Amino acid sequence: MTGPFLHLHPDDNVLVARASAPVGTEVKLASSTATLTQTIPLAHKIAYRDIVAGERILKYGMPIGIATEAIAAGAHVHIHNIRSAYTPTHALQDANGQSPETSK
Amino acid sequence: MTEKFQGYLRSDGRKGIRNTVVVAYLVECAHFVASKIVAGFDDEDVQLIGFPGCFPNEYAARVMGQLCTHPNVGAVLFVSLGCESFDKVRAKGTVASTGRPVETLVIQRSGGTAKTVETGRAWVRSALDEVAKVERAPMGVDELIIGTICGGSDGTSGISGNPAAGKAFDLLIGEGAACIFEETGELISCEDIMAERAKTPELGEELRAAVQKAERYYATLGYGSFAAGNAAGGLSTIEEKSLGAYVKSGDSQISGLIKPGDVPPRGGLYLMDVVPDGEVRFGFPNISDNAEIVEMIASGAHMTLFVTGRGSVVGSAISPVIKICANPDTYRALEGDMDVNAGDIIEGKRSIAEVGQEIRDLVVNVAKGAQTKSEALGHREFILTYKSFDPIGPSCLPAV
Repeated sequence: MTGPFLHLHPDDNVLVARASAPVGTEVKLASSTATLTQTIPLAHKIAYRDIVAGERILKYGMPIGIATEAIAAGAHVHIHNIRSAYTPTHALQDANGQSPETSK
Repeated sequence: MTEKFQGYLRSDGRKGIRNTVVVAYLVECAHFVASKIVAGFDDEDVQLIGFPGCFPNEYAARVMGQLCTHPNVGAVLFVSLGCESFDKVRAKGTVASTGRPVETLVIQRSGGTAKTVETGRAWVRSALDEVAKVERAPMGVDELIIGTICGGSDGTSGISGNPAAGKAFDLLIGEGAACIFEETGELISCEDIMAERAKTPELGEELRAAVQKAERYYATLGYGSFAAGNAAGGLSTIEEKSLGAYVKSGDSQISGLIKPGDVPPRGGLYLMDVVPDGEVRFGFPNISDNAEIVEMIASGAHMTLFVTGRGSVVGSAISPVIKICANPDTYRALEGDMDVNAGDIIEGKRSIAEVGQEIRDLVVNVAKGAQTKSEALGHREFILTYKSFDPIGPSCLPAV
């Protein structure tokens, strides 16, 4: 059981949060159990297993981007460590899912 | 068994689900006067649309003509400053040829702001009396054209709202409706799986080419069709957003590829190619969600299914917008703006099939006259800007 996370396709190397998952949440991964060290907001992703730099990220069983660095199992997978194979992603300070007005 | 409801029968045989009097400004310089005319009719179905540019554009002229002869529209008042390039004679002729009441007021020849507003309101008053006499006729789901768009997307859109909208599309197409999905810039990376669903291999090639055109176009601009809020909501790349957006097309065979203003010739599923042809000329293909909604209405959409995760509140002029909220937290925060809570799927309370059925039933209720949330709140957003298109190719609409 992956707890508050969805494994959308058997080939996926990421999980998607189906609710905001607080620090300390235990998540069962492919071959380990991770304890979250940061809050993962609703619909954000974590690594289901260790991912090497340059590896394709699979969600829905389909490629959604390329890892720009090694990503440890259980770590947040987002614009800081993956990139598009097409056009760059434009984001603001709130890309981690936290509102800058309330977190500052 | 398809339910029947009462449509508004137009002289060209098309049927509408609303009976709107449209006031259309033909250049930004006439926008204020047109909006003052509309402001005199708070409690009646009088709506403002317009084109801001002073320079001619064939796309804008065609879309304006299609909007003003849309089956939801009963009468049209054009408001011109007088010196702009928009071909107001052609526009009036297009509307007059359908038998609708139509008039053009030229501010420079009508005594300026105050007198044009007065004359315009008097004309609209008489037009409202005229459109009230329009014949009603039985109409079925098989005569509806439904668009879909996602806006303010987040990581929930592709898991709950878009699959539910896709399920509703499958149900509606099964009943004979024509359904349109769009934004080829948000189908990047989906071209191969989409092409396999085409009715003919030649159409499949056209679908693939349309998405490849979008890739080139956005690469030139340096941005994908991706807003900052998409990232805050957990989407990391355009291809992740695309895969989520693609599922709102459902599982039906793809019957054709159309461009803005092309009306689907029969029931089925159609992709709208919204990215301009030729080299990049006027900027971003659609600068915000309402530009896409307007294009689907120009292709005859009686209403639009709008899936949102972050929480868009927009509606539209001419055709109602049904707001499907993918994100349960957003639904709780913006319940007054949302018609459907697809966030129930994320929380395990309802299935995709159940929410899809709710959307299908809501489409029929809105066709019967029920107001959507954005409609009741008075949202009538509208935007039309410069673009250029070549006509669709011969393989885009395969025969039955």
